[in-house]
Amino acid sequence: MNKEQTIEELKSIVKPYIANQEAFDTLTEETDFINDLKINSANLVDVILDIEEKYNIVIDNESMERMINVKAAMEIIDAKLSEKE
Amino acid sequence: MNSQDIIAQLPYSKPFLFVDEISHIDENGVEGSYTFDENLDFYKGHFKDFPVTPGVILTEVMAQIGLVCLGIFLLNNTFSKSTSIALTSTEIDFLKPVFPNEKVIVISEKIYFRFGKLKCKVIMKNEKEDVVCTGTVAGMIVSKSEIT
Repeated sequence: MNKEQTIEELKSIVKPYIANQEAFDTLTEETDFINDLKINSANLVDVILDIEEKYNIVIDNESMERMINVKAAMEIIDAKLSEKE
Repeated sequence: MNSQDIIAQLPYSKPFLFVDEISHIDENGVEGSYTFDENLDFYKGHFKDFPVTPGVILTEVMAQIGLVCLGIFLLNNTFSKSTSIALTSTEIDFLKPVFPNEKVIVISEKIYFRFGKLKCKVIMKNEKEDVVCTGTVAGMIVSKSEIT
């Protein structure tokens, strides 16, 4: 999995739900979905479902709870994709 | 869980209970109805001398039948006094007016119920079977201690 490419893909997934444009423009692996991007908890569910659809994976409750920032999201996507292989 | 049990668990009372009957409910959706009493308070002011049901009230009817009733059914006895279903988003198109004494039927189809969020596609029809409004509503199961 190409890191830069995944970050770009995640950016396009979260874009409709963000409420902090500046944090979005300067997004890094450490960017937190709720505290930095100000995505509300209801919309975060849609982010997770969009990630599932994009990568054709199923995210369980435990992974959902860990998915607080870009880095964690990438790790979870990576792990779920390798489970499929 | 039958329809009467669900209505009994609704957290609303008059004048803000907008569910009369649930005619069908299963894990994929719900159908229910409500008749607008002409004496409801908001008709006195919406509009002056020309009572029409406000769009926010139609939205509320769709949320109570389409989202909250279905949410209680899906939670199947884990809904309690300490939990609540908080409305998180609505996107509704209003197509026709609803006047006092009209009966409306709400048909709701589950889009998903994941991670405590229920999102539904809802349609409201009048007794002539005309579509009155249509759209999506979503809510989250929350514990009351989180929101107070």
